[in-house]
Amino acid sequence: MAGNSVKAKLRKRKIKAFVRQVLANKMALFGTVVLLLFILVAIFGPLLVPFSVLEFGEVEDMLNPPGPGHILGTDDMGRDVLGYLIAGSRISLLVGALATGISMVIGTVIGIVSGYSGKVIDNVLMRITDFFLVIPWLPLMMVLAAILGTSIWNIIVVIGVTSWAGTARVVRSQTLSVRENQFVERTVSIGAGSGHIMLHHILPNVFPLVFANTILIAAAAITSETTLSFLGLGDPAHASWGMMLHYAFETGATSTGAWWYFLPPGLCVVAVVLAFTLMGYAFDEILNPKLKER
Amino acid sequence: MKLLEVNNLKTYFKTSKGMLKAVDDVSFDLEHGEALGLVGESGCGKTTSALSIARLLPKEGRIVGGQILLDGRDVIPAPESELRRRRWTDVSIIFQGAMNALNPVMTVGKQISEAIVLHEKASEADALRKTKDLLELVEIPSDRYKHYPHEFSGGMKQRAMIAMALACDPKLIIGDEPTTALDVMIQAQILNLLERLRRELSMGMILITHDLAILGETCDKIAVMYAGKIVETGSVKDIFEDARHPYTKRLIGCFPNVKGPKAVPDGIEGFPPNLLDPPGGCAFHPRCEFARDLCQVQTPESVNVGGKHIVACHLKEARQ
Repeated sequence: MAGNSVKAKLRKRKIKAFVRQVLANKMALFGTVVLLLFILVAIFGPLLVPFSVLEFGEVEDMLNPPGPGHILGTDDMGRDVLGYLIAGSRISLLVGALATGISMVIGTVIGIVSGYSGKVIDNVLMRITDFFLVIPWLPLMMVLAAILGTSIWNIIVVIGVTSWAGTARVVRSQTLSVRENQFVERTVSIGAGSGHIMLHHILPNVFPLVFANTILIAAAAITSETTLSFLGLGDPAHASWGMMLHYAFETGATSTGAWWYFLPPGLCVVAVVLAFTLMGYAFDEILNPKLKER
Repeated sequence: MKLLEVNNLKTYFKTSKGMLKAVDDVSFDLEHGEALGLVGESGCGKTTSALSIARLLPKEGRIVGGQILLDGRDVIPAPESELRRRRWTDVSIIFQGAMNALNPVMTVGKQISEAIVLHEKASEADALRKTKDLLELVEIPSDRYKHYPHEFSGGMKQRAMIAMALACDPKLIIGDEPTTALDVMIQAQILNLLERLRRELSMGMILITHDLAILGETCDKIAVMYAGKIVETGSVKDIFEDARHPYTKRLIGCFPNVKGPKAVPDGIEGFPPNLLDPPGGCAFHPRCEFARDLCQVQTPESVNVGGKHIVACHLKEARQ
């Protein structure tokens, strides 16, 4: 149909405009490129590093500075730091993504239900949210991780369960504004139930906000994973940047001057978190034209 | 059996300053296929009366008395589940300002078929077919079902709202100022459309407006509201040619006569009363040029002045 192709063209143009906006925004561009780089390395890493990174080396291989054969040197077990770093990026990014997913789902559901229902339900849910918001998250995570045991899945759940409060707050306030729209009243008048309205009318309208918020949560989730692992609550069976920092600290790499051991994972965490944060702010600006600088 | 019988309806709003009597002792009825016009100034209780029928009042609003028999069954004591079932199949609403009554991130077709899917448990394909038929019925090309509200013009949105209201073949359709936000040309189109559909589908209709001229063309009878009460009701002919209540007369006087001499319409001095603290007696007395002592102390009874023409006024001339 002619109308269809026009529509498809319009949509294509819209996507192009969005891409152009992202490209024009230096922050967004930088963030996206850095993140894509890390994701590609995490996916294709095993192809780049030919040997198993968790294999212990000989005594003479331990804590060697960068040099031929080991671009970033070796750690206290004689493992290649670059290989370990790449293996670690998979876990760090996976934990970040999954924990963010959990946090986003919980935060969005609680925010929408709370904002739409109002009254007692709103009060109860928001008091629970306040609890998670004001409680110092680090001790809470540490306690939870210690109780649940050190497994990567537990870490994901713990981070997800402790980081949704901010999303819930933001989504709730947006829901309060969306539900006052007349189309919500109209949907009530056609005989729709609350579930239908929340799913089909409120959610699509608060989604841009959820999206921008998600990117910022992802940054926090990766920091949290690093923190927990650094404090020794990580999963020893899986390499992650936090575990590297943990081992580097334990073996005294910082005091012996083995910078090639602790600097790379630290910088990686900083780079990924920075990329997420820049992207989050940039998308917020693109999706929310009111914030645009003049 | 009448389609709708509203008896002594009282709908009050709880506010921080006390009870606001938005609708106070209002009665009217409607036969199948008949059209009633509710007219009055802003805030006189037109919309509240209509929303009471669908039990769609804001949460501060409470129906404190009366009876609303829709198709013989009272909706006031009905539980929420029954209301949800009856909404849109028994009574549907065309909302004021279609611009805001459509969800901006959902296609128009989807919003129309929403009600069909909800009520008739129809499959997506059946709902889509019916949606296309409905769009054709309101003179919108059916392939526009996949467009978003911002791709529609104001008049088209309003027509889409009408299509939506017809989705479940309701027995009663309430138009809450369906043409207020539109220009005169589109207004005429929409009204003609409504009139045509009402006759073709023989639905009952309640049209809410503050524009008396609209009602003359589209309705069978008119109820004039003032400060939460119906002050005069009768056939279109009764109201336009034999208005009894001073308020109705002044309301008609507010419209310039096309054929008469050029003159600025009189208007009505003063403001609608504060419903939190309505004047005693007849609520219109502070603005009525014929007001007497009796008007200030006693609420006038409704009297039948011939046929179905009923008026609530103390004036002798009005009651004869």
